[in-house]
Amino acid sequence: MKKLINDPADVVDEMLDGMVAAYPDSLRRLEGNEVLVRADAPVDGKVGVVSGGGSGHEPTHAGYLGEGMLDGAAAGEIFTSPTADQLEAMIEECDAGEGVLSVVKNYEGDVMNFDTAAEMVEMEDVDVRQVVVDDDVAVEDSLYTSGRRGVCGTILVHKVAGAAAARGDDLDTVVEHAEGVIDNVGTMGTALTSCVTPEKGEPTFDLGEDEIELGIGIHGEPGTERVDMMPADDVADHLTEAVLEDLDLDAGTEVLTIVNGMGGTPLSELFVVERRVDELMDEHDLEVWDAWVGDYMTSLDMEGCSITVCALDEERKELLAAPADTPALTVRD
Amino acid sequence: MTDEIDQGAAVEAAVQAVADRLADEKRYLTDLDSAIGDADHGANMNRGMQAAVEAVADADEDDPATLVQLVGRTIVSEVGGAAGPLYGGSAMIASKELADGITAESTVAFGEAFLEKVQDRGGANVGDKTMVDALTPAVHTYKKSIEQDDLPPLAALAKAVDAAHRGVDYTVPIRASKGRASYLGWRSVGHQDPGATSTLYILEALLGVAEEHLEGPVEEDATSPRVPDEEPAGDGPAAGGENGPPEGGENGGPSSEADDSEADEG
Repeated sequence: MKKLINDPADVVDEMLDGMVAAYPDSLRRLEGNEVLVRADAPVDGKVGVVSGGGSGHEPTHAGYLGEGMLDGAAAGEIFTSPTADQLEAMIEECDAGEGVLSVVKNYEGDVMNFDTAAEMVEMEDVDVRQVVVDDDVAVEDSLYTSGRRGVCGTILVHKVAGAAAARGDDLDTVVEHAEGVIDNVGTMGTALTSCVTPEKGEPTFDLGEDEIELGIGIHGEPGTERVDMMPADDVADHLTEAVLEDLDLDAGTEVLTIVNGMGGTPLSELFVVERRVDELMDEHDLEVWDAWVGDYMTSLDMEGCSITVCALDEERKELLAAPADTPALTVRD
Repeated sequence: MTDEIDQGAAVEAAVQAVADRLADEKRYLTDLDSAIGDADHGANMNRGMQAAVEAVADADEDDPATLVQLVGRTIVSEVGGAAGPLYGGSAMIASKELADGITAESTVAFGEAFLEKVQDRGGANVGDKTMVDALTPAVHTYKKSIEQDDLPPLAALAKAVDAAHRGVDYTVPIRASKGRASYLGWRSVGHQDPGATSTLYILEALLGVAEEHLEGPVEEDATSPRVPDEEPAGDGPAAGGENGPPEGGENGGPSSEADDSEADEG
């Protein structure tokens, strides 16, 4: 498998330097750490909002650094949680004295390292809170799993919490808005191909030409079900219905939908899926307030997509519509 | 009161012994992990403990609580994943229990605080096929041996190692319900848990150090007379030669020869 890399072990380090080279005015790297922060962090008078996780999901997370979204983003190795001391350094750097919210995706390593980091910064008297995003409806919360995974819905938590912090809400209120999103968002994804990690250099799982995986996570883990390849509309139906069944929304509810590419699928195909998602919202009497289409949380070069639906209220709409200025997402007044 | 310098040296020796043992078992632990996890447990633990040896050697201070906290911090920053916070984060928190030095009482409190933190953080209970399956019986046995049976610390530790050994064996036939292995469901049955195994190796290494190094400090503060360490300490670590998985499993399960600590790579 051909990859535009040097040494596989240097991918994350070199990627971060490249991001800073591309956005020197807005991003800054913490010395000795695989952490990027807003160039102006910590922002006076504002609650810090940070996130992080394994690399390989770009533009997640550092792509969402900037006004109206994140203050800090920690990049672990490919598909591996950042270590707690890196998270600690990030949280301390982003605390302006108003406290910090960590947005964590529900993967064991991420949760444990963020927990440990929280303990470490609390010793330094930083008021840190965290929310855990678990929007993946494909995995049941049961004894036998560690709960639902956190995937593309996380971006909406970044946006809403970031906007609340930007307008001056206090830490408790920012947490409340973040949890409001988590309680109202669902996602499900499909893989048409496996991803290829730089270290391994070959597909993580074997998938036949005529097969797809449904209910995938974002780390190349196999899905919950392997089925025959089907037309885009059928894929959209399958994913969307699963999400809507989980959310169980009243008719007339306003929603934001995301058709998210997994990294290897062209926009043309994502728009084909979007067309059907839009029809489905109509069939379910849901009002599409906004629809995002693009690569928001990827899985390296995997082909496929995920579909996210988030139910809205006036507050969430206001926060989603608030200005944001980041490399991967811009919202204007 | 015990001599702080001796205690610092004892902690340093313990860190070295654990590091040596995990270096010896690096390959075996990773083999265990490749069957039911993501195949990095041995390498991660080895990297963390090698860094801990250096950190302790470079430290200016030598009181046990500070040194153990430093070890925890180092593991947290070097290991990552789940093992980093579980081992390192728990050691950091539990280190407070050693503030008054290493005594029978403080080591019991350390063990209990460590176990509590591991369970709290990982959310695992006995039977979930994790390190908790080795750690819980070890801590409980140690506490009971000291507090109820009035055994000297060395004998209590030997009993704790025995208990951990049985805990590791117990992880083989059960189905994982926490950690990465849980995603395998029934396919995890028949494989020995790598986290429980590394916990056993750490306890065995500590016992080895206690036998040769710690008699002074530990016994001075213990209420018991001299340690009859022959019988209990003797069979713990040496026993249990053959606890590979009973049924080989499709993933080419772990080989069963790594129980002899000196066996594998150096």
